[in-house]
Amino acid sequence: MVTEIANENSAYRSALRELTKVSGEPSWLRALRGRSFDQFEGVGFPGVEQEEWKYTNVAPIMRTKFTPVVNSNGTALSKRNGLAPFIYEETRDSAFVFVNGIFREDLSSCKGLSGVVALDLNDALQISEYETVIRESLERNANSDNNGFELLNIALFAGGLFISIPRGLNLRTPIQLQFVSEPVKAGAPAAVFPRVLIVGKKNSAATIIESYRATAEGIYLTNAIVDLVLDEGARVQHYKVQRESAGASHIAKTRADLGRNAGYDTTTINFGAALSRHDIKVTMDHEGASCSVDGLYMVDGSQHTDTHSVIDHRQPHCTSRQLYKGILDGKSRAVFNGKVFVRHGAQQTDAQQTNKNLLLSSEAQIDTKPQLEIYADDVKCTHGAAVGQLDDDELFYLESRGINPSLANNMLTYGFAEEVIERIKIDSIKRELDEAVLNRLHTSL
Amino acid sequence: MLEIRNLHASVDGNEILKGINLKVNKGEVHAIMGPNGSGKSTLAKVLAGHPSYEVTGGEVIYYGKNLLEMSPDERAREGVFMAFQYPVEVPGVSNAQFLRLAYNEKQKHLGQEELDPLEFKDYLKEKAKLVEMDASFMTRSVNEGFSGGEKKRNEILQMAVLDPKLSVLDETDSGLDIDALRIVAEGVNKLHDPEKAVIVVTHYQRLLNYIVPDFVHVLSAGRIVKEGGKELALELEERGYDWLKNGNAKNTAAPAAS
Repeated sequence: MVTEIANENSAYRSALRELTKVSGEPSWLRALRGRSFDQFEGVGFPGVEQEEWKYTNVAPIMRTKFTPVVNSNGTALSKRNGLAPFIYEETRDSAFVFVNGIFREDLSSCKGLSGVVALDLNDALQISEYETVIRESLERNANSDNNGFELLNIALFAGGLFISIPRGLNLRTPIQLQFVSEPVKAGAPAAVFPRVLIVGKKNSAATIIESYRATAEGIYLTNAIVDLVLDEGARVQHYKVQRESAGASHIAKTRADLGRNAGYDTTTINFGAALSRHDIKVTMDHEGASCSVDGLYMVDGSQHTDTHSVIDHRQPHCTSRQLYKGILDGKSRAVFNGKVFVRHGAQQTDAQQTNKNLLLSSEAQIDTKPQLEIYADDVKCTHGAAVGQLDDDELFYLESRGINPSLANNMLTYGFAEEVIERIKIDSIKRELDEAVLNRLHTSL
Repeated sequence: MLEIRNLHASVDGNEILKGINLKVNKGEVHAIMGPNGSGKSTLAKVLAGHPSYEVTGGEVIYYGKNLLEMSPDERAREGVFMAFQYPVEVPGVSNAQFLRLAYNEKQKHLGQEELDPLEFKDYLKEKAKLVEMDASFMTRSVNEGFSGGEKKRNEILQMAVLDPKLSVLDETDSGLDIDALRIVAEGVNKLHDPEKAVIVVTHYQRLLNYIVPDFVHVLSAGRIVKEGGKELALELEERGYDWLKNGNAKNTAAPAAS
């Protein structure tokens, strides 16, 4: 039994060996990687017997013999060739490109980002000021109750990115983090481990677009962690657009720690991948912080998507808003688990949470669980979940204007998605998503 | 244009319409009046093909075709339009998108030219003037956040865009203040011509001051109990629907318009 596990994980272990051999990383990081890997071998990938993974079976990931990508082999991509369709108009001069999880400075453009610190994590670690921040973030991450995916990311991330928005800088140009999956030469399915740390210094403001695409259909695993640390009064608008290949598995964690009066608004779009799981955790451990944590998942066929969200009100006078919507067709399955904690003493908390799901097929399945845990007494909190079909009155209204039933269905489905999409402030993303939704519905408006 | 013969209809197993006969010719304006629960809104919805209403007897012939065999969207493309008493909000779909799709579906059906978004914008702008609607309503989601009056004006805008042959206005006057009522009624009047017909369903005579009917039909308990010209509406306004209940209906009821 023990040898079997060792065999299953041998590719990961040799990747770790390769990583620690080559890079000139600080000793604490080597130790951390080793420790995390040992822990990973101890706990393995999460199983359905665990409450948090009850509805999401990652056995296919466990069974697949992935080849971890830990160094930058060549790429067929160039700025002009292959990448262009993935880069938004608004981020032509502010896009950081990652190929198979590894940051590629040569493919990135940061002309539009003067004043912003953006460094390969390895380079940032050579600068003691940044090393401290990075270490704090990684170690704190490692000390919490991590699952196998997070442990594996800490052990095997390579070529990550460190971004710091300087104090008081109001960055108008959005920053794009473009993660591109490209088939690896050996032909074996790749496992990639993107890692990004974003620091918003006091009273800074920035927009981050985190986008996942593939150059070709195929099987691979993305196991990503993006950390955001916002100092007092810092604001970040964060869009995560997951449009991985149809055969891919996408496991991602987003963690945002908000300082006093900091603001974090995020919208997560989950369209791609055969299996996707997104854990998002927003911690408000200082007074006056606010966040909105929105999302849209749209799946069909045999796709499976799982969102686990935690919004943690730890101090008074914090506000959170959450709207997650899901559209499920075919035999797809979605999971939404949204926890809102209001800790002892977090008075004057204002929290609203909504999850709405549209089932377009009788074989699609949703498990939704909004959870509100309140340990303070002077708070304003609401939450709710809804699962349903299209509204008959709305359908009749459209039909009574001459619109055929199938187009009426599609218009209403599109309209359902729009409630999330129309809040997005970047026009190119909005257009892209409109188009993606309509393509999914095989319709045009 | 339209002939309703001995129409019976139920909702949830309760018979609401108990034998309606009505004939509408091109160029005519008919008013259907009646107290609450008389079945006048049911008649409007049955004509539009609302799926909750089951036709249990009779027939409706529209331009020689069996209207009841047509789906709601087919009816619309063939020129039947119902202005809703309670227009539905459609979040996420803009008014302009909605109207253009509906317009193009009809054009396609009639083998006529469809309009692209830019062309349609100009067309829509013209039509919007008719009901004094601001351009900002076109980019907003259909009826979402519209006031009661704005929703009703939006119904008439749809009517203007779709240019129906037969318009059925289901209590379009309900919830309208006098200014909105005037705008809506003037819109309807401007759209009317000798090739078209209008059926106005209303509880009150008020709307009929603005949209003057050629015929008034009074419904009670699922049957037409009295018919006359526009002066009948005034008489009802004065005497109330109770007047009909006291046996006056039979004496003066005219045979179904023929």
